[in-house]
Amino acid sequence: MGILVISGVDGIVGRTAAIATALAAQVGDADAILLPHTVDGRELAGRLAARLGRPVLADAVEVAVDGDRLVATHSVFGGNFTTTAAAEGAAPIITVRDGEFDATTLPGASTVDAAGLAASGAATDATVVSSTPIVIDSSRPDLKSARVVVSGGRGLGSKENFAIVEQLADALGAAVGASRVAVDSGYAAPNLQVGQTGVAVSPELYIAVGISGAIQHRAGMQTAKTIVAVNNDPDAPIFEIADYGVVGDLFEVVPQLVAALKA
Amino acid sequence: MKIVVLVKEVPDTYGERRLDLDTGLLDRSGDQVIDEINERALEVALLVKDQDKSTEVVVVSVGPDQVKDALRKKLLAMGADRAIHVVDDELAAADALKTARALTDAVRGESADLIVAGNESTDGRGGVVPAMVAEFLGLPLLGSLSEVRLTGAAVEGTRVDEEVEHRLSAPLPAVVTVTEKSAEARFPNFMGVMGAKKKPLEQQSAGELGSVGTVILSVAERPARAAGTIIEDEGDGGTKIAEYLKAQGLVK
Repeated sequence: MGILVISGVDGIVGRTAAIATALAAQVGDADAILLPHTVDGRELAGRLAARLGRPVLADAVEVAVDGDRLVATHSVFGGNFTTTAAAEGAAPIITVRDGEFDATTLPGASTVDAAGLAASGAATDATVVSSTPIVIDSSRPDLKSARVVVSGGRGLGSKENFAIVEQLADALGAAVGASRVAVDSGYAAPNLQVGQTGVAVSPELYIAVGISGAIQHRAGMQTAKTIVAVNNDPDAPIFEIADYGVVGDLFEVVPQLVAALKA
Repeated sequence: MKIVVLVKEVPDTYGERRLDLDTGLLDRSGDQVIDEINERALEVALLVKDQDKSTEVVVVSVGPDQVKDALRKKLLAMGADRAIHVVDDELAAADALKTARALTDAVRGESADLIVAGNESTDGRGGVVPAMVAEFLGLPLLGSLSEVRLTGAAVEGTRVDEEVEHRLSAPLPAVVTVTEKSAEARFPNFMGVMGAKKKPLEQQSAGELGSVGTVILSVAERPARAAGTIIEDEGDGGTKIAEYLKAQGLVK
């Protein structure tokens, strides 16, 4: 099989159309083109698909060879359903969910560095006016790939109180997450949002603090192996999917948990 | 100024969303709504129209016949001027490429200055259709913008990646996709709801979609999570959790 794995996609902002043109000329009769499912990876995939007349299998969590074709596995509706799909009529372009699968392990895979392509500016490209690095706390693990995630929600009540979530995360060596309410209320940074419209996580352990567990939040974390919840509302939907739950005041329970972990 | 907004009907995220276990296709028996991200995309367009009343805002959707009701009751009522609805049996199981072909056919004749779409739908979450439309039309794409500004002959926007905030610009005509941070959608008011009844809503069939596509091979439903242990805090809730985590081998 000839499988092209496109790397370097995180360095192409503002050059996507030109690089799609350059890539299209290199693809030939490749059996598949694999890209990361990022903003620029998706733009490249869409442009290549339109240009080459190849279908896209988007957001694959796994890709496998099945006879003479590739089959992509998709996790749908927050992991409630799993589907497999393949291309028909032409070889596929596949975007792969971040951190889920190492495409270079596929048989016959070769890598093309998108950022390194000699792509002269296309009329259809965007201009990057400015790029400002975002200062992030790098002392904690990355949310998407963390083994343990501690998330806080509405129950925290303020940005100051959200420190309780961070203390628990640090005691566990965990990444910090947040519900949409917590983000919208300014308790936590937008890049920490877990759920339907934020990051989807699937850690070994997910601890939900003061999160009611609205269906949109569950869509981003319900595939966690073990779920622990602390909430003062016994009817909170988070308890329907929790392996272990404590109905109580998080301001009592969580500091006690932190102390017990440090003991 | 003419702005086209690409919209889609999806299962309501507030309800239980399902796939048909025989076909792997969307089960549309539950509540269907215009995707929230599309309401925000329309809001971005309407904010331009608020400033310049001569702006024409056209919503374009591909989907089954019922979508026309949502287009009228929601999006025309919010303030869009017209709606184009591509409805065709050939589109029943259409993948992203076929959908993009159908949208492109519907949009091409509009010669819009700006095309606005959501960054990804809440159901498929593919997020590749706008790029396909941009490529078919030979237009720039500014993807996943949290802010959009029109500055004369260009569109500018802010895209926040994990580690970098980019300010991007492209000359019009252009395609942009917006995130949930872009705008809070307005509610249709009484005048809007009444006015929507008289606004043009054109239904058309799809053009040539081609034989290239994707096919679903299998679909499986995740088993429900087994019921867990839920306790009332009696002053030792934190300690109990620590004991549970240790018993499960999740902490040392």
